Amino acid sequence: MSAHTHVDGQLPHEPEKATLEGRNKVLGFWLFLGGETVLFGTLFSVYLALRGQVLEGNPTANELFELPLVAFATFLLLTSSLTSVFAIQAMHRNNVKSLITWLIVTVALGLVFLGVEIYEFWHYVHEMGHGFTTSAFSSSFYTLVGFHGAHVLLGVVWISLLIGQVFKKGLNTVTAPKIYVAGLYWHFVDVVWVFIFTVVYLMGKVG
Amino acid sequence: MAHGHTVKRYTGLMDWITTVDHKKIGILYLLAGGFFFLIGGLEAILIRIQLWRPMNDFLSADMFNQMITMHGTTMIFLAAMPILFALMNAIVPLQIGARDVAFPFLNSLGFWTFLFGGVLLNISWFAGGAPNAGWTSYVPLASPLYSDTHGVDFYVIGLQISGIGTLIGGINFLVTIINMRAPGMSFMRMPMFTWAIFVTSALILFAFPALTVGLAALMFDRLFSANFFNPELGGNVVLWEHIFWIFGHPEVYILILPAFGIISEVIATFSRKRLFGYSSMVFATVLIGFLGFMVWAHHMFTTGLGPVANALFSIATMLIAVPTGIKIFNWIFTMWGGSITFNTANLFAIGFVPTFVMGGVTGVMLAAAPADYQYHDTYFVVAHFHYVIVGGLVLGIFAGLHYWWPKMFGKILNETLGKITFWTFFIGFHLTFFVQHFLGLMGMPRRIYQYLDGLGFNGMNLISTIGAMLMGVGTIVFLINIVTTAMRKEKLSADPWGDGRTLEWTIPSPPPEYNFLQTPLVRGYDALWKEKMDGNKTVTPAEPIGPIHMPSPSILPFFMGLGLFIGGLGFMYHQYIVGAAGLLIVFTCMTLRSLYDDHGYHIEVEELQKGVKA
Repeated sequence: MSAHTHVDGQLPHEPEKATLEGRNKVLGFWLFLGGETVLFGTLFSVYLALRGQVLEGNPTANELFELPLVAFATFLLLTSSLTSVFAIQAMHRNNVKSLITWLIVTVALGLVFLGVEIYEFWHYVHEMGHGFTTSAFSSSFYTLVGFHGAHVLLGVVWISLLIGQVFKKGLNTVTAPKIYVAGLYWHFVDVVWVFIFTVVYLMGKVG
Repeated sequence: MAHGHTVKRYTGLMDWITTVDHKKIGILYLLAGGFFFLIGGLEAILIRIQLWRPMNDFLSADMFNQMITMHGTTMIFLAAMPILFALMNAIVPLQIGARDVAFPFLNSLGFWTFLFGGVLLNISWFAGGAPNAGWTSYVPLASPLYSDTHGVDFYVIGLQISGIGTLIGGINFLVTIINMRAPGMSFMRMPMFTWAIFVTSALILFAFPALTVGLAALMFDRLFSANFFNPELGGNVVLWEHIFWIFGHPEVYILILPAFGIISEVIATFSRKRLFGYSSMVFATVLIGFLGFMVWAHHMFTTGLGPVANALFSIATMLIAVPTGIKIFNWIFTMWGGSITFNTANLFAIGFVPTFVMGGVTGVMLAAAPADYQYHDTYFVVAHFHYVIVGGLVLGIFAGLHYWWPKMFGKILNETLGKITFWTFFIGFHLTFFVQHFLGLMGMPRRIYQYLDGLGFNGMNLISTIGAMLMGVGTIVFLINIVTTAMRKEKLSADPWGDGRTLEWTIPSPPPEYNFLQTPLVRGYDALWKEKMDGNKTVTPAEPIGPIHMPSPSILPFFMGLGLFIGGLGFMYHQYIVGAAGLLIVFTCMTLRSLYDDHGYHIEVEELQKGVKA
């Protein structure tokens, strides 16, 4: 049960599942993501119910969204998903240096994504007259996309903390599950973005 | 616990604030949930005093609205669910032969967020008025336009915070039941209570996030002038009803399924028979959980969703009667031919069966959409849901508390006082709510604070009020029973009822902090009963005696709950610095938890053996 096994310094093949604590953490996190799916599912439903509710004189989805910028954000986030996979693979090879490098790249891509999103929101509010309180459409748009943005921000802070921990404590059966579930989280946040790109931006352009 | 330790340990109050032991957390849940149960009960009594005669002016109209809102909200979120969490915490790990839950730290965090959320909600009484838009908090009534006190703000933020605790608890018990079962304890050998908690936890996981979104949207509308539910700027008020009931209907099953589990344990034990139709019970529980997500719009038949939607939701609702009926028959067949002991726990369980059937029958009546137009928003609905929640859940909780009290506290509750509790509560309950069916059919609307003389409502309202008082008496007798039992000196065996069937009755009452000295080997359903039938005294251990690893206590969950409490208050009053400070406390605690590994400690073999002899 306890963490201090493997005195010979050899980590097992899948260090995240080597202890009961690790297995609990991974399973618990999958379940948590199930709850998160309902959370975003409800936010998407709210958005779909309210997205046509634009008042006279306010910008519609079609007028607001600029696909090139959003496509760039999508590219950033999907790439960061790939780099987080590289990080987990490095962890399974027990290569701490490569693990830290790929995690830093992931965090960096996440930060650029957040920068793009902040610029996008700023642009909508200050240049397009699309504030949080403008209409039901605007409230639901900022809530859905903002909830996702907050998830990205949390992921960036969390993974940064983990990088520090791996740097200090190395890779062991305590740190490995943490990195693994952070990877799961990051993939989930990316998948949500794929749906936002489709449901909010693409459908906003055509519908 | 009889034995001392060399590791860091707290005593007294600090021990309770820092504990990560599921048994102590269970007791904390029971204390807090019991406290809120008394508050909610007091609110119910005040409501009934207001309604005992026509045109009474004991409470003002606004105060009456606050009372009904807080009565419903408190009873469901702060009394019923925490008391269920108390039993789950105290019993489920023992029933599956585990030494602890999967996430002891999160368990403690769940309790403290629930408690601070509940306290925040109740502070509203002293801060300009409690929420007054009903426990369903429908918009536009709950919108800033029509509800301009801070009442509904307390509702959205208090429930949001305590909801975090519930969600954490749900995930914790899912993982515990999936990963921590003793060797041999396959899914189809799990006790029925554990099965019920397993399905309940899944319902919590998939229902509560919808409430999170609904509360967040209403909070944004109220605090930051968003327009989700503001029709003037394109918002949609029916959307709230959908979100609330997509959460709200599974919530009903979150409440009743654990009661089904308790009843299954109590009736089997005191009939000295294996639970009839165990696998059909499991099937019915899972099916009810599944169907529970398909029926939310039966709360909205009169909203005007159209005949197709109403017909579909009507049929889906009636379908739930099938698995529920399976359960009722299984309980009756379990008692059939058994040697039944009529003690307090079993009286509550047996009383549950016909009472719940009555609630189920009115449920099917309400499910018929055309008829529901007649019943909607009358006392018929009030009678129905009190029959399933009080007649179902609360009787189940009383049965469970009397049954497991010796396991939780090491003392059997007094039987005479217990029987007085049962008869006063049971008769009081039926007096209160049976007549309300007819009040509803005669046209008395719910949520009115006065009614006119000469409508034929007077007599039945008086009976209802007398019944409510009787339930109050039953509760007071139960409290007296707890106090006198606590003062009595008593030493119980592991199996004080003598007929224990499941693993919790193989370990001392109350259990040591590590629960099982040796993890048990489970050789069949009703593990202990099977051993008894095979001529053994207790279960076979699956491992030799060795040092036991325990998690360290921690103060962080308490501060995280406190941080959310401070943050919630800050945002409510637009003091953003206070709000940010509260959240900062939460995130600092999370960071500390992540940075400092909890290695826990070991209880060594010598100490364990000392414990056995003592």
